[in-house]
Amino acid sequence: MKSFTTVTGVVAPMDRANVDTDMIMPKQFLKSIKRSGFGPFMFDELRYLDVGKPDMDCSKRAKNPDFPLNFERYQGAEILLARENFGCGSSREHAPWAIEDYGFRAMIAPSFADIFFNNSFKNGLLPIVLDAAIVDELFKEMYATEGYQLTVDLEAQLIRKSNGDEIPFEVDAFRKHCLLNGLDDIGITLQDADAIRKFEKNWQQKSPWLFGAMQ
Amino acid sequence: MAGKTLYDKLWDAHLVKQRDDGTALIYIDRQLVHEVTSPQAFEGLRLAGRPLWRSDANLATPDHNVPSLKSERDGGVAGIVEDISRIQVQTLDDNCDEFGVTEFQINDVRQGIVHVIGPEQGATLPGMTVVCGDSHTATHGALGALAHGIGTSEVEHALATQCLIQKKMKNMLVKVEGELNPGVTPKDVILAIIGEIGTAGGNGHAIEFGGSVFRNMSMEGRMTVCNMAIEGGARVGMVAVDQTTLDYVEGRPFSPKGEDWDKALEYWHTLHSDDDAVFDRVVEIDAAAIVPQVTWGNSPEMVTGVNGTVPKPDDIADPSQKAAIERALDYMGLTGGMSITDIKLDCVFIGSCTNSRIEDLRAAASVAKGNKVADTVKRVLVVPGSGLVKKMAEKEGLDKIFLDAGMEWREPSCSMCLAMNSDKLGEGEHCASTSNRNFEGRQGFGGRTHLVSPEMAAAAAIAGHFVDVRDVINA
Repeated sequence: MKSFTTVTGVVAPMDRANVDTDMIMPKQFLKSIKRSGFGPFMFDELRYLDVGKPDMDCSKRAKNPDFPLNFERYQGAEILLARENFGCGSSREHAPWAIEDYGFRAMIAPSFADIFFNNSFKNGLLPIVLDAAIVDELFKEMYATEGYQLTVDLEAQLIRKSNGDEIPFEVDAFRKHCLLNGLDDIGITLQDADAIRKFEKNWQQKSPWLFGAMQ
Repeated sequence: MAGKTLYDKLWDAHLVKQRDDGTALIYIDRQLVHEVTSPQAFEGLRLAGRPLWRSDANLATPDHNVPSLKSERDGGVAGIVEDISRIQVQTLDDNCDEFGVTEFQINDVRQGIVHVIGPEQGATLPGMTVVCGDSHTATHGALGALAHGIGTSEVEHALATQCLIQKKMKNMLVKVEGELNPGVTPKDVILAIIGEIGTAGGNGHAIEFGGSVFRNMSMEGRMTVCNMAIEGGARVGMVAVDQTTLDYVEGRPFSPKGEDWDKALEYWHTLHSDDDAVFDRVVEIDAAAIVPQVTWGNSPEMVTGVNGTVPKPDDIADPSQKAAIERALDYMGLTGGMSITDIKLDCVFIGSCTNSRIEDLRAAASVAKGNKVADTVKRVLVVPGSGLVKKMAEKEGLDKIFLDAGMEWREPSCSMCLAMNSDKLGEGEHCASTSNRNFEGRQGFGGRTHLVSPEMAAAAAIAGHFVDVRDVINA
């Protein structure tokens, strides 16, 4: 996993509530058995005028000129500004894979759906929850200023504006540690292999029917 | 000290280690695996040279991509026409072989939608922690299990460690008391709940469904309800264990037998919230007030009674809510103020992990019996949730009822719920669907989904537009 320390980048909008993971990554792209290459298909139905298929060369497709992520001013954006309940619906990790593959490193919204929120951290992508009023303010500033940038400092848990203003944010200590260091969860859990074995032995004694029934 | 909720009890029983940073290692009893969210997880294990922690804890089956057409299905994996779908299903078979995971392959009679076959086989049981790379995993909470959907990184994590790193959620009780009116089904109950709490209402919470309505509900009905907890924002939905649960579980292929059964019963009898348990949030809904539900927009919370109307954006004060409704009406091709019963349908889908069990098919058949699909309806698909459900339905003659009515009787798969196989809506088509999501494009590019119960779907197929199924039943 890519580590995340500080990111300064252009901010781009996804200005609607309840953006679902079907919208972020439509089902026809879930047939891949790989973990990469989803970025060009992110928001496919909103971003392009034709119907997307997995093996397409997206550079040749007609883009929807009304979709903000296609605007010149948002090209190269690394921070996605969104509304309530972003990432609701399916558990498909293809959604954060696509957002990360596209080039985003952080997302800011008043709330995220639980599974999407969790999946994002596993992929070096930082979801930041801020008060709806602050998010609204950021939307206004972003729309008003071409090339609007923010800096996300994970270590300090601060978002910095170019005028020096700072907005603090919360993040779980464990997730922060993993992101800062680019750590693999599985490796960390396996350090507790003895505790897992001990629990399992005891659990098997108490609940023998949970073991071996299917083999 | 206050008593414990069902969620508290299941959490405590599976707690391997509480860490200082607020996270915990939770032991996972069962993982269900399907072809869409597992290939990258198995690949990750291979790359890291990690074995499965416990191969006997996992059960796999292909469901999302498999064809529902018998002609395509008869050829097995090799017969799947679309290359990438075939490769994904083949990859699941290969991975299960390599890692020693029990799998019900494409044409095994036990194959089906993961959330149908888990309970059906006794592979998911009360008191278990159950995970699957699929957000509708809360279905298994109907058994009094702690079950939730996970992403592919966590699929890999659970395969490799038999644990997940979790933070405890908050407790939420959704209580529905009273008697449901005839024609009002578990699907209507959960849609009404989502309409009440909103699609983000359960975020961060584990929901327990309590009250007389759930006590009196069948196991399959409880599965329909828990299935859609995620549409109310909650990863976890559950119902306490009672005699209905035990009667359902007893005698299934992987259910405990003999001494194990007696021992299991002792534990399972404790799986309910204590009388003095404290919930962080309680929502109460009057059963008698619930009518058959129909969604009109692109979020499951955009729902109303069949006797209602589509909202008028001009009546909405909040600008972002107004914009969301305008966008939904534009996508759905509906006009604010129109009656729900004036919505005409091009297609009807009866199936999905929400409503493809035998009781759902019986309910749909009871409405379809002796009737014909309206001329204006192009297609009606009935897709059973598993090979065993299909077999049972055929034994009861339900397939004949559907076929006589002009409906198609298909092979078990997720089918048009998410249109990963060739069952898709055309652009602009309206579909009465017993599935769980009405998102834009969910059932096909430009498709327009209306979520309803199996009874309402069958009645709509016959009328060509939505009708109040209570009138059909009473007629």
